[in-house]
Amino acid sequence: MRFKRAVPLLAALFFATVRASASLAGAVTDYRLDNGLQIVVIEDHRAPVVVQMLWYKAGAADEPPGKSGIAHFFEHLMFKATDDMEAGEFSEAVAANGGSDNAFTSQDYTAYYQRIAADRLELVMRMEADRMRDLLLTSEDIATEREVILEERAQRTDTDPGALAGEQMMATLYMNHPYRIPVIGWRHEVEKLDREDALAFYRRYYAPDNAVLVVAGDVVPEEVLELARKYYGPLAPTGGLKARIRPSEPPHLAPRRLTFTDPRVSQPYIRRLYLAPERNHGAQKEAAALTYLAEILGGTGATSVLGRALQFDRQIAVYADAGYSAVSLDPDTFGLIVVPVPGVSLQEAEEALDATIARFLQEGVDQDQFDRIRMQIRASEIYALDDVQGIARRYGAALTSGLTIEDVQDWPEVLQSVTPQEVMAAARRLFDANRSVTGWVMPAGEADSPEAAR
Amino acid sequence: MRRLILVLLTLWALPARAEIDIQEVTSPGGISAWLVEEHSIPFLALEIRFKGGASLEAEGKRGAINLMTGLLEEGAGELDARAFAEAAESLAAYYSFDVGDDSLNVSAWFLSENRDQAAALLKLALSEPRFDPEAIERVRTQVISYLRSRETDPDAIAGSTFDALAFPGHPYGSYYGGSIESVSALGRDDILDAYRRTIARDRLYVAAVGDITAEELGVLLDDLLGDLPEAGAPMPERAAYALGAGVTVVDFDTPQSVVQFGHAGIRRDDPDFITAYALNTILGGGNFGSRLMDELRERRGLTYGVRSYLVSTLYGEEILGVFSSSNEKAAEAIGLIRAEWERIAREGVTREELDDAKTYLTGAYPLRFDGNDSIARILAGMQMIGLPASYVRERNDLIRAITLEDANRVAARIYRPEALHFVVVGRPEGVESSE
Repeated sequence: MRFKRAVPLLAALFFATVRASASLAGAVTDYRLDNGLQIVVIEDHRAPVVVQMLWYKAGAADEPPGKSGIAHFFEHLMFKATDDMEAGEFSEAVAANGGSDNAFTSQDYTAYYQRIAADRLELVMRMEADRMRDLLLTSEDIATEREVILEERAQRTDTDPGALAGEQMMATLYMNHPYRIPVIGWRHEVEKLDREDALAFYRRYYAPDNAVLVVAGDVVPEEVLELARKYYGPLAPTGGLKARIRPSEPPHLAPRRLTFTDPRVSQPYIRRLYLAPERNHGAQKEAAALTYLAEILGGTGATSVLGRALQFDRQIAVYADAGYSAVSLDPDTFGLIVVPVPGVSLQEAEEALDATIARFLQEGVDQDQFDRIRMQIRASEIYALDDVQGIARRYGAALTSGLTIEDVQDWPEVLQSVTPQEVMAAARRLFDANRSVTGWVMPAGEADSPEAAR
Repeated sequence: MRRLILVLLTLWALPARAEIDIQEVTSPGGISAWLVEEHSIPFLALEIRFKGGASLEAEGKRGAINLMTGLLEEGAGELDARAFAEAAESLAAYYSFDVGDDSLNVSAWFLSENRDQAAALLKLALSEPRFDPEAIERVRTQVISYLRSRETDPDAIAGSTFDALAFPGHPYGSYYGGSIESVSALGRDDILDAYRRTIARDRLYVAAVGDITAEELGVLLDDLLGDLPEAGAPMPERAAYALGAGVTVVDFDTPQSVVQFGHAGIRRDDPDFITAYALNTILGGGNFGSRLMDELRERRGLTYGVRSYLVSTLYGEEILGVFSSSNEKAAEAIGLIRAEWERIAREGVTREELDDAKTYLTGAYPLRFDGNDSIARILAGMQMIGLPASYVRERNDLIRAITLEDANRVAARIYRPEALHFVVVGRPEGVESSE
């Protein structure tokens, strides 16, 4: 067991001029049980509520080849029967105690959470610990839940041309890394997932030495630790889990592009994705610079580089934006999108986008805009304190994506230390056409496809 | 396991805590507001509601109020759209303006360190919006783009179709954003008229939660809202629900059907409303364990999710539900919805179901009050529908007081399987429009 002194959540902000005080809520404490379970406790005593989040270092990108969707499928199966509970009983017990619960799966993690009155923590901890190792899976459970998941895929992806186009683009951008496969899985593979696939995934990844427990809210760290020892402490680790090294990308030698047509597209748009570095342990500066870059290019339309060039100075676009998440285990994406106004073709929109980026690379960052974004990033740390579940999510996502608690706590300061020069240097490294995919998404039968335009 | 839960349930009989201290504040200038002081984080969440919202629309001008709302942050006073945005960014103040069927909502977050400047900027947006012609065109293009995307969005088609059939001739019967045609025809005068109709002191509700005292809030409110016009347009008429039983299929080429269903509902000020709310939790309240979730998803895998909900807005009421299901499964799912509607109307609910719903609802209520922003939204909404501040303390007692007899009387009253109408968007097999 390891114990570290509590670090005030806002420590990283003390250098700033914010009216910080000792009364600011939120201390973060972390432990590790002998079986490997990492525990993070975040205190917020404003309301008598607690959030328990259990994060597994297993996401879609950890699936065996040909078994796409099993990580997400398993997330659903975790609500079935265990040796102590009937199927559905977990959620019923949470609801019967006034709480709510759910789960989510990404490429890098699967997380389960409950929000409940603070004095109910023991109940949800006992149940969460129970299903970490003791799930029973019947073939009937699997068959019914597979139908639910195919309906989920139909609702979220197959009926949404934007989502389908996004799948095609990711599968094109990543040539070798499993981020090319959608989290929900390819339909033809999901249809074949069975009990053996589910159990193999479960036994390997659902274990204390592959998990992070985050408890946030009106709790005392010592009491959380005591409960965690009682319920999670006895669970056996998988042991010998290897580092999460996935197939990596070969050199990208050519820009890629695709045209996705679907009669359900009402508003054509162009989207481009670049491979981008992510936050890494002890090395977050490049990602911090890209976080600024996304705000500088996207952000508020009236002040951003793309908004001003494409929506204000010229009426090229209805909407233009840039996006970057920064948190992922392996290299991330940096995205651009332009939705042209009626009468502007995708070809013209793409040319205007490229010209805007080229001019930005030449002219550099406007210092006033940079200062405003810096101020907003600083303020967002204050506003974030209003949402303790959001802070819990921040820790959980980071700790299952290759970062440490120190990295999370350093992040605000790293962001404040970024200079305009660093943003421009990061932008020059990022905008390499060979490491990009460009997608045109449009209704069927439109004449201005890339081929037609060339 | 079962036993453990029962033990915990008895503990829960202790009063559920929603320990927020609501102060009812009246500013020197006569503006009233509810305040919860919370000084541990240096910011203020302010929530302002102008009652009436998009339902105050002028005849033939559908979408004007929505477009006007989108223009409030596009320039005010001496500041054009860009200068306004730059000023907001410099203060790291956050403003959002949105409108719905019943109200225009302004949400603002101010840092304590520059609160007065941030409030002054918001005042400019609310009292001196410019509505510059070029901003109107820019935002109009965005709104039309969104309206066009709704035309191929099965969820939007289902909702709009149901509303149009349910409330013909009333603002509730059409989408508040308007149609491409109506929005294209709007002129600047229409925007100015929309502004005068909606934003006025006689329809104002304010909640403030965060780092501010009652005295400071009074001064802030007078500065911010004191100069607004006294009165706007008269409130809308009540909307009469006009849809009979049946099925309306809207053909749409997609593998999965979206189904919106329901019938007339119950008023928010009806003495049976709370009981109806508990009943809906049992039937289809959106949680795992509801009857609809259990029948459609857990037992048969017909859908990813199904829920039912009470729409008890200011001027009309419905009980609605929605789910998506593959075209070949939609008919089976619709049959199950009908069966569950008949079952709850005829047999009511069991004591165990009612008890479970009560523990859930009373336990969940205090969990809603979990941040400055969420508390401010709740308190503004309560004022607008006429609930007293004491409701926060009394609400769980109202839930606990529901008897099984009440519940089953109200179930027979509000659920009317013979009145159910289904709007199905897709190509459902074996489902056809009724006459």
